[in-house]
Amino acid sequence: MALRHMAARCAFAALCVSATPAVVSAADSEAYVEVAIGSKAFTESVILAEILTGLASSAGAHARHQRQLGGTRIVWRALLDGQVDAYPEYTGTLFREILAGDDRAGQTPLGEILASYGLRVSAPLGFNNSYALGVRRTRAAELDIERISDLQAHPALAFGFGNEFLDRGDGWPGLRDHYGLPQNNVRGLDHDLAYRAIEAGTLDVIDLYTTDAEIAYYDLLALDDDQAFFPNYDAVIVYRADLETRAPRVVAALRRLEGRIDAPTMIGMNARVKLDQARESAVAADFLSSSMDTEMAATGESAWRQFWRHTLEHLILVGMSLSAAILLAIPLGIVAARRPRTGRAILGVTGILQTIPSLALFVFMIPLLGIGGPPAVVALFLYSLLPIVQNTYAGLHDIPGPIRESAIALGLPAAARLRIVELPMATRSILAGIKTAAVINVGTATLAALIGAGGYGQPILTGIRLDNVSLILQGAVPAATLALLVQGGFGLIERRLLPRPLHGAGLTR
Amino acid sequence: MLALTGVCKRYGETTALRPTNLAVDAGETVVLLGPSGCGKSTLLRVTIGLVAPDAGDVRFEGAALTPATYQSARQRMGYVIQEGGLFPHLSVRDNVMLMARHLKRDPAWMRQRVSDLTDLVHLPAGIMARYPTEISGGQRQRVSLMRALMLDPDLLLLDEPLGALDPMIRYGLQQELKAIFAKLGKTVVMVTHDIAEAAFFGDRIVLMRDGGIVQQGSMSDLAGAPVDPFVTEFINAQREPFEKLHEVLG
Repeated sequence: MALRHMAARCAFAALCVSATPAVVSAADSEAYVEVAIGSKAFTESVILAEILTGLASSAGAHARHQRQLGGTRIVWRALLDGQVDAYPEYTGTLFREILAGDDRAGQTPLGEILASYGLRVSAPLGFNNSYALGVRRTRAAELDIERISDLQAHPALAFGFGNEFLDRGDGWPGLRDHYGLPQNNVRGLDHDLAYRAIEAGTLDVIDLYTTDAEIAYYDLLALDDDQAFFPNYDAVIVYRADLETRAPRVVAALRRLEGRIDAPTMIGMNARVKLDQARESAVAADFLSSSMDTEMAATGESAWRQFWRHTLEHLILVGMSLSAAILLAIPLGIVAARRPRTGRAILGVTGILQTIPSLALFVFMIPLLGIGGPPAVVALFLYSLLPIVQNTYAGLHDIPGPIRESAIALGLPAAARLRIVELPMATRSILAGIKTAAVINVGTATLAALIGAGGYGQPILTGIRLDNVSLILQGAVPAATLALLVQGGFGLIERRLLPRPLHGAGLTR
Repeated sequence: MLALTGVCKRYGETTALRPTNLAVDAGETVVLLGPSGCGKSTLLRVTIGLVAPDAGDVRFEGAALTPATYQSARQRMGYVIQEGGLFPHLSVRDNVMLMARHLKRDPAWMRQRVSDLTDLVHLPAGIMARYPTEISGGQRQRVSLMRALMLDPDLLLLDEPLGALDPMIRYGLQQELKAIFAKLGKTVVMVTHDIAEAAFFGDRIVLMRDGGIVQQGSMSDLAGAPVDPFVTEFINAQREPFEKLHEVLG
């Protein structure tokens, strides 16, 4: 693990009350190892990672599941940086997406290529979860299509693909060229939402993962890949080479999974979670118990504990990023008001930061700070600057000339003018800026879950994945409530901090 | 006491002040008079350093004022503007004591001083806890004067101090102000565009036009021996309405 990440993580963990317990059992023969298993934001990945976490624990490690990270690139990055030690992946994704730019792909064995990245790969776990295109059976009969090449005759069909599939080399662009597909009504949307859209009839064709339980549930037909575009997507475990020296028993335990999950088993587990609403941890525990003779301690957190953890994570994200933003933005706003030229540059730069889509900003932070809390805090911090800088500047700038000059004429030095006259008079505007920043921050922080920072975004993400509205609400309602509380809180602060005449216009006599 | 020599100021193509000399003796009340834009306010603002002149120098109590010396010199000048320039977020008391507090003056002295000044400007003591928006315009100008007098300055600079008040209050306050000046014996430079006010206050009247001084002297000098037709014109323009009034009232 690179040092800077370690330092950043330690700093964050120290502030996180929810950090892992520090009690170490030194008696363990393999000393005490911490292992982080990653997963992507879809159910199968989460179930497999739960199983891997259970196996690692059974080998005596303190195993942690870094769940549902926002995409292949994010998990891959985290693995390379050592923030994740292992995660379930698919050979097709490795070849076509992750190693797409690597000339050796195709000629050199996968294990050898990955070794050059300091990684290892297990043997296949026993099932192939390929991509496929899916159509409702009734619709397929209507249109008389069975194979992907049959789609060439129906250019007007509405396609909807998962966002990754839409852009990936092994996804839609490659498929379109390979089959010469003419459709241009193609939308990107969340994979889990696509099933609901096809059920509702707003989409005709979606991408499937062949082990999705929904294929049977929604009675979809997976079109035959008659011109053999999709490669094999054998599930494998990718892990860091250093794990072999650091925790050989953990590696051995993880590799016990090789060849142990066939496709029907995987589909069955997916179905239990997505259709029967079972918890991933419960499904993983059942599998470990019945197929691997491994008992996994029930790690299920109570709903309340989970809620508190998310609340705490969210508050820490918002609190740290907002305090840092206030500390920097107010001085920047003062400089901007004092020096017009520097001011234009400051307002320009913070303005540009604001135009970066929030999700992109989170992802930009990953190469610098890895995944989890620190990059999320930095992204939220950058995001909170503009409203505060702008309002500090405006508040100071809008002080009437006669007032400003009166302070000078009294003989007050610049620093005293700022402290006694100018900042107090700008307080209302500055507070409004902080309030805006805080409300945006609380909302944007829900996206931090995509890079593994937790918070209220976690239940929202899981809820979207599992089509579980109550779970979505468990994140959305507290986030909205928190935003309202923040707004109300600042209203109170405003009352207390401002003298009578600077309250709202309605309050002055 | 105060000597401005060759001070001038341009804003781009506009001349606000042509090279101008002005000397004020201790204890004297000088009124800068003239139409809007004649440079009278600029001259006052140059004196207190709110406007940096393009050329020329300002000497105050024998020393040339520079950016470095202005800060302390301003503590020996009191400045009152048309709208009072009171800080809206501070109570009347805090406005008045602001600078003395900043200089860490003795609290007992400050209390006594505020009490004396409250009597001097005829303000009810109960007003001190209020905020500027909660008192009348005439009261605000009295507070502004208190603030200007707090550190017992040698020079008072007043920029249309009564300009925003309605005529009745203005008349009353004129009388009081004159009494206060007489009592304190301060050097006063006052800006006004009102000829009656100028005549009422000024030992010496400085009539200005287009950024320069046209004539200075007592009101009878200006009326009796105008150096320029503008002087007569300016006086007549303000006198005529009064004469009309006399005719009507018989």
